[in-house]
Amino acid sequence: MSEAVLDHVGEHGAGVMEERPFAIPSSKLVMWLFIISDACTFGAMLFAYGYIRNSAADWPLVFESASIWNSLVMTFILVTSSLTVLFALRAAQADDRAGAFRWTMITAAGGILFALLHLREWMNLIGEGLRLFQNPWGAPMFGAAFFSITGLHMAHVVGGVVALVVVGIGYRAGRYGTKHIEIWALYWHFVDMVWMFVVPLVYLLNMKR
Amino acid sequence: MSSSSNGMSTTYAVYGAILAIAVVQVVVAMAMGPSLGRMLILAAIQAYLAVMFFMHLRDEKSTLRLALIPGTIFVLVMMNMIWADSFRLIHMRPFAK
Repeated sequence: MSEAVLDHVGEHGAGVMEERPFAIPSSKLVMWLFIISDACTFGAMLFAYGYIRNSAADWPLVFESASIWNSLVMTFILVTSSLTVLFALRAAQADDRAGAFRWTMITAAGGILFALLHLREWMNLIGEGLRLFQNPWGAPMFGAAFFSITGLHMAHVVGGVVALVVVGIGYRAGRYGTKHIEIWALYWHFVDMVWMFVVPLVYLLNMKR
Repeated sequence: MSSSSNGMSTTYAVYGAILAIAVVQVVVAMAMGPSLGRMLILAAIQAYLAVMFFMHLRDEKSTLRLALIPGTIFVLVMMNMIWADSFRLIHMRPFAK
């Protein structure tokens, strides 16, 4: 008998309830629902960016090759942190609490490094005169599009780092279980996936030619 | 949990493939110019690999995949209706001085 059925029998004493349709815990389903709604949010932001980029006659192409290589390094860090969070999950499934904690913290460190590199990129652009609604190169909405998309992504990274640290520490202390590591690993992979669209659409399409 | 059914060799191969595609994207953009179509196709392949192998959606029940993927794609496809208005703006240029 499945875990779901046993839960219901335990709660209500009798009767056999229907199995869970997706065969995953409710908390994991909630994270999946959050992820698809967040994917639509990022999708809407990228479409809005495409809309104003397409309708602006003087859209600036600002990114030098140094920025492009920097974005590639950031991709490497984020994808590698997706790998390390898988190591954390694997360790948690093997009931290796120290290992799961270590890999979770390494993943969080990757997130912090990514955010720092992104902040450096922001500061360089701000130093060159980029603001939310003005810049020295062309269409004033470039700054709004760039800061809103990369800012929302960076907020997700920072939120993920906080969640991973909390869950990692809680897991080591025995307050959280494997499913919590798994749920936040899902979230972390999603943050990684969004970046895979941000790099080509925001950085590569706005590369100096 | 289904993730254990994936060997680590698959995980490493997916990790390498995602990074390789990222490098190809940059090299192609620098050598041939960043075509939107090419960039989107490469990004979609990366996203597919991440969702199916890193997020293990491939190992979940097909009902979960059916519940999540078609609806999301439908919403994203419907967002494409903005382009007509966007092209109207570039031709009319209502804010041009």
